[in-house]
Amino acid sequence: MTKTVLIVDDSVSMRQMVAFTLKQAGFQVLEGGNGKEALERLAGAKVDLIITDLNMPVMDGITFVREARAKPQNKFTPILLLTTESQESKKQEGKAAGATGWIVKPFNPEQLLKVVQKVAP
Amino acid sequence: MQIDLTPFRRAFLDESAEHVAALEEGLLRLESQPEDSELLSSIFRAAHSVKGGAGSFGFEDVARFTHSVENLLDRMRNGLVRVERSLVDLLLRANDVLKCLLEAARAKEYGQPAAAACDTRAIVAELQQRLGAPDGHAASAAPAAAGATASPKSTSLWRIEFAPHADFFRTGSDPLLLLRELAGLGRVASIEADLHAVPSWDAFEPEDCYLAWRIELESSATLAELNDVFLFSSDDARVQIQPGEAARADAPDTAVSTASVDAAPAVAHGAAQTPSGTQRRSGAESASIRVSVEKVDQLINVIGELVIAQSMVADVVNNFSPERVGQLREAVLAVERNTRDLQERVMAVRMVPIGSIFSRFPRIVRDLAAQLGKEVRLELEGEETELDKGVVEKISDPLTHLIRNSLDHGVEPPDERERCGKPREGVVRLRALTEGGSVFVEIADDGAGLNTERIRAKALEKGLMRPDDNWSQEQIHQLIFQPAFSTAAKVSDVSGRGVGMDVVKKNVESLGGAVAIHSTRGQGARFRIKLPLTLAILDGLSLSVGGQIFILPLVSIVESFRPRATALKTLLSGGEVALVRGQALPLLRAHRLLGIENAQTDPTKALLAIVESDGRRVALLVDELCGQSQVVIKNLDANFRRVEGVMGATIMGDGRVALILDVPGLIRLSEGTSSTLALA
Repeated sequence: MTKTVLIVDDSVSMRQMVAFTLKQAGFQVLEGGNGKEALERLAGAKVDLIITDLNMPVMDGITFVREARAKPQNKFTPILLLTTESQESKKQEGKAAGATGWIVKPFNPEQLLKVVQKVAP
Repeated sequence: MQIDLTPFRRAFLDESAEHVAALEEGLLRLESQPEDSELLSSIFRAAHSVKGGAGSFGFEDVARFTHSVENLLDRMRNGLVRVERSLVDLLLRANDVLKCLLEAARAKEYGQPAAAACDTRAIVAELQQRLGAPDGHAASAAPAAAGATASPKSTSLWRIEFAPHADFFRTGSDPLLLLRELAGLGRVASIEADLHAVPSWDAFEPEDCYLAWRIELESSATLAELNDVFLFSSDDARVQIQPGEAARADAPDTAVSTASVDAAPAVAHGAAQTPSGTQRRSGAESASIRVSVEKVDQLINVIGELVIAQSMVADVVNNFSPERVGQLREAVLAVERNTRDLQERVMAVRMVPIGSIFSRFPRIVRDLAAQLGKEVRLELEGEETELDKGVVEKISDPLTHLIRNSLDHGVEPPDERERCGKPREGVVRLRALTEGGSVFVEIADDGAGLNTERIRAKALEKGLMRPDDNWSQEQIHQLIFQPAFSTAAKVSDVSGRGVGMDVVKKNVESLGGAVAIHSTRGQGARFRIKLPLTLAILDGLSLSVGGQIFILPLVSIVESFRPRATALKTLLSGGEVALVRGQALPLLRAHRLLGIENAQTDPTKALLAIVESDGRRVALLVDELCGQSQVVIKNLDANFRRVEGVMGATIMGDGRVALILDVPGLIRLSEGTSSTLALA
């Protein structure tokens, strides 16, 4: 069965790259430009994986992870953070909010797929 | 999987240009609102997005540079570094360098020659100094997935203990996946589940994880690779990995080198460097256009309507009988209506808000005012006014010049303003508005206004007017658009070399626009630029000369009529004039200018179209007027070659090609300043 992934990032180019890579790998892709939009996408949809940026306008990544995790249908959904190496404390914060893991920026499509494979094979 | 990142790299470059603009705008606002933490966050986010993307899309130099900027912004955001003017200055300069780096990256991406080298070194040094300590992060940025060592290793036995916390499932983690991943690295010699923590049923929480595992793994993987398996679990699991008895003393994890090739942009020297750089920029900017989803949705709606209308026509035509003519007419009308709608919507796609270029002016005004020792406030209005993308790109340079001009010549120094009873701070107002089919952009200042006397004196000196010429103030003011006309008492860095105003006028006119000046001595000056909404569609009047159809832009036509013989005079020089309400206008014979035979040569049996350009009127002799229509301009330069007197061509409803006449060009032709038109 095709897996669905929700990508949340305010950067369109980043979102496009992640989306394209995952589509190539056979995922179905939903997108959100910030946490709030992403929560709207999640309403009524069951996704198999969520990938979210941290620094976003309107609703940041940490808040989004917390709220998404609080919804029953996402209780066990893997959530990956897009972070940079300078955000060590954010990783912990994200973990505490319910994130499964992280992908360190910069990354290339191969690295992305490797991490995705790890949590949603 | 090999993925071509080119489209995303280009999208990233477009996006980054927006981030750079947002950074600049944010930094300028920060100066007056240093306590605004939301503003600081949004500035940080912009820098952060550029850095994150740059690394992923292979622009290492951009990523490295932005990293330093981001670090400083992060400190500011956390209140560790105080916002002050010199800091904002530094960040603005850093933003300039970032812009330069991105432009160089863009040039490289599109295979264009690089403009100039960007000096990052000095700024980075200054940023580091502000940060207080050299930044260790930038050098040690290692990707998450550590590669395997190259040297072949023998298999060793690893003892691994893995005890997830009770909350393990609640972060979306799954122990089974980790165990499978481990198994993928070698051969599982033994695995044992530890069930000690499983409570009795009454205390059992189904969503808690009570299990732990002991694994013996035969594998050639390094410790680092094994640790990688539990990369995400270090917080919510206890993990112990020990080499077993058979293990060799393995080489420690080989650090992944930061494979960042120093990709300093090549410096282009010599003839390739254009002085203005305009061409390069406009070329880059036109590469793509961002359209709101709403506009695209509207387009799709109209297409839907059009398809319905078309099927109505098809239905009537397929089962046609004379009594269905009414239905056919109705269906054709629907098609027509939808086509017009479609045309408007498509044009709307090319429309972009003028704010995209307004946003660069606060910085220019800030820097220039400081340089000139003046106090100036820039007010922007109507940024949301939409214009054709082509027009927006080309209006930027003239606007910049007019604003610099206002600051340099218009607004007085603070002391002088005080003496005149004005506030020390001058105001320059940049305003855009739509009126009718045109967009107006105004640059108004509350400075000294144009000095009519000095302009007159200069014009006399240059022989542009005679002492006995009785010109209106308006006419005298127009003289500043003459080439090489400058009244600045001394030539300054900013303006006053007399190049510029004529270029402003020429640029605006090449867009089909016009510039007007309103100035009151002592109260200020206002430059008003009138621009067409779009360059691609034109309201035209079709006319015939010798059986051929031509189009005149409607805006250039004042009136048309059939002259009486008494209104026509031939001058001694051989030139002809038409008297229109007491005014003698040069008579231009279209058939002669265009080299057409079989045309009506007797003006009293033909028509005169009075056309205006640049404030000058001439009477154009044509056979007859055919009607008004909107025409789509097809560029002649690109498809054929530039022809004086013709601005382009269009295809008429009946499939014929008609040339669109260029009135200023026709006037030049008639004056013999260019060779006669020769159409192959």
